[in-house]
Amino acid sequence: MRHKTKPFHYIIIYAIVLFFVAISVYPVLRVITISLRPGDNLLTRSLRIIPEDATFENYIKLFTNEPFLLWVRNSVLVTITVTIIGVVLASMAGYAFSRHKFPGRKLGLHSLLITQMFPATMLLLPLYIMISKLGLINSFLGLIIMYSATALPFCIWLMKGYYDTIPPSLEEAANVDGASKFTAFYKVILPLAAPALVIAALFSFMTAWNEYIIAAQVLWYEDMFTIPLGLKSFQGNMTTEWGLYAAGAIVISIPVVALFLFLSKWLVSGLTLGSVKE
Amino acid sequence: MAKVVLENVTKIYDNDFEAVADISLTAKDKEFVVLVGPSGCGKTTTLRMIAGLEDISKGKVYIGDKVVNNVLPKDRDIAMVFQNYALYPHMTVYDNMAFGLKLRKTPKEEIIQRVEEAADLLGIEELLDRKPKQLSGGQRQRVALGRCIVRKPKVFLFDEPLSNLDAKLRVQMRAEIIKLHNKLKTTIIYVTHDQVEAMTMGDRIVVMKDGYLHQYDTPVEIYNNPTNKFVAGFIGSPSINFFEGKLKKSDGDIVFAGDGFSVDVPDEFEDKLKDYAGKEITLGIRPEDVYHKPYSTSADYPANFVANVEVVEPLGSEFQVNFLVGDTTFRARLEPKEEPVMGEDMDVVFDMKKAHFFDNKTEETIV
Repeated sequence: MRHKTKPFHYIIIYAIVLFFVAISVYPVLRVITISLRPGDNLLTRSLRIIPEDATFENYIKLFTNEPFLLWVRNSVLVTITVTIIGVVLASMAGYAFSRHKFPGRKLGLHSLLITQMFPATMLLLPLYIMISKLGLINSFLGLIIMYSATALPFCIWLMKGYYDTIPPSLEEAANVDGASKFTAFYKVILPLAAPALVIAALFSFMTAWNEYIIAAQVLWYEDMFTIPLGLKSFQGNMTTEWGLYAAGAIVISIPVVALFLFLSKWLVSGLTLGSVKE
Repeated sequence: MAKVVLENVTKIYDNDFEAVADISLTAKDKEFVVLVGPSGCGKTTTLRMIAGLEDISKGKVYIGDKVVNNVLPKDRDIAMVFQNYALYPHMTVYDNMAFGLKLRKTPKEEIIQRVEEAADLLGIEELLDRKPKQLSGGQRQRVALGRCIVRKPKVFLFDEPLSNLDAKLRVQMRAEIIKLHNKLKTTIIYVTHDQVEAMTMGDRIVVMKDGYLHQYDTPVEIYNNPTNKFVAGFIGSPSINFFEGKLKKSDGDIVFAGDGFSVDVPDEFEDKLKDYAGKEITLGIRPEDVYHKPYSTSADYPANFVANVEVVEPLGSEFQVNFLVGDTTFRARLEPKEEPVMGEDMDVVFDMKKAHFFDNKTEETIV
């Protein structure tokens, strides 16, 4: 017999769920509301989600009057590169850490973990000095290096953890079947590690797409801005263009939401990785 | 097809643990050799060294006439069935079987033909489009076999392939592997911890323990003439009975005096046993060489005494009986017509011609 939940319990459960949904959805709704308000209506006290004289004016302005598309291009360029670097390097480094014994393996793993204990802001100064000595200020390469360095340790650990759950006899079978070490990795292990690869990709993507503080140190010129820097530039000394700001925020969150929805199937199985055998 | 030769092969792990110690053996072309021993005896390590999945610390491994110590697994032309089957989970049965052929750039028509041939042989034609997780244990086992067969390698290596199957299926697959070997005539090296599997499948058996090779011979020879106490105890089910005792002389005859009984030793053994007179020694006798006196006509050299019936297990085809004599329990397989009664004393006969004697110190077989 299945345990029956009483109606009273349902009410409580739904109340709690609704409360948390409200907390997480409300800010987003407010941003949408603000992005739809006409410029002269910013400080209204109306709580309507879609304002009375709603307009897409801010969105149109964003794409026509501002270098928004340029920022999108910059962000896409940086993000995709970081994602590719993150996935490629993490998938191989994680494999090495998982399967091979070599001097410094433990030290390597631990130092990767330790880097995760420092907040990025703490690393700003040393990273800045390094990047400037390398002459990479105001270059995407500098930014990409910094992002990759932030994203990689987590991704490597993630991949290593996932490879650990794949029985080594699969590679051995492939080796005996006639595959070289790389072929066995590429044709047998990598496809099986797809869920972890998706998480690694997502993590790298998020690291680069949303990042502001590091980008603000490395990139100085407006035409090199990534989206978060661009949005921040709407905040002037005298006024802040909240409408544009909100519209921009909505637009840049679309790819992230789409990506999460698209990958959610993998995500769920990916997040429980290693908890169950097979 | 090729012979496999191991020459003084030793495996020492990084932590100085010696997993395999100085093993030399030859598996002839087309021979079915079984490596058997308790877990941790080094049998799997030995197999993995032949496969090239484990480095060889000392010694040489030949496949055919070629030393393969430094040849990668992929170039050794071997095929291996793993204990957990190690099927590629993301590939269909067909792709699993075709994987090795594709890597060798075999023409597509030939791949199809070979896979279908193997599938037909194993009765898995209908499964070719399925993924491994949709298969039962027995089917997975067949696919793993199929993956080996299609490649037509020089040597098959089996690493406890049946240990994940239930008892009934195990017996069935055992027979199929024997049939397969008869058909394909490929050299097989097979690892198992199950002595029944070893006895039933192997042309020759390698008995291993603690990294050492204890005996390498045909099943019958190993059963009848074990080289030491370990081999005698490991091979045979139910296992051989051991008795501690002393050899004594009485009226010119040698007698084995155990705990609460004594039995006469056949004359032809006396020569070999003469140095042990008056010394501690171990007697080994297999359960089928123990008789109830009225039914002991087939015993060549009967020696009788009285023992108490402790436990009776009627199996239909026979009774397995635990007897108690002194403080020692021993096991006998009696004919079904005898009906021993628990708790009663019985006249027990040992066929001393079939008995074995072991040195207590070295545990080597004396007779």
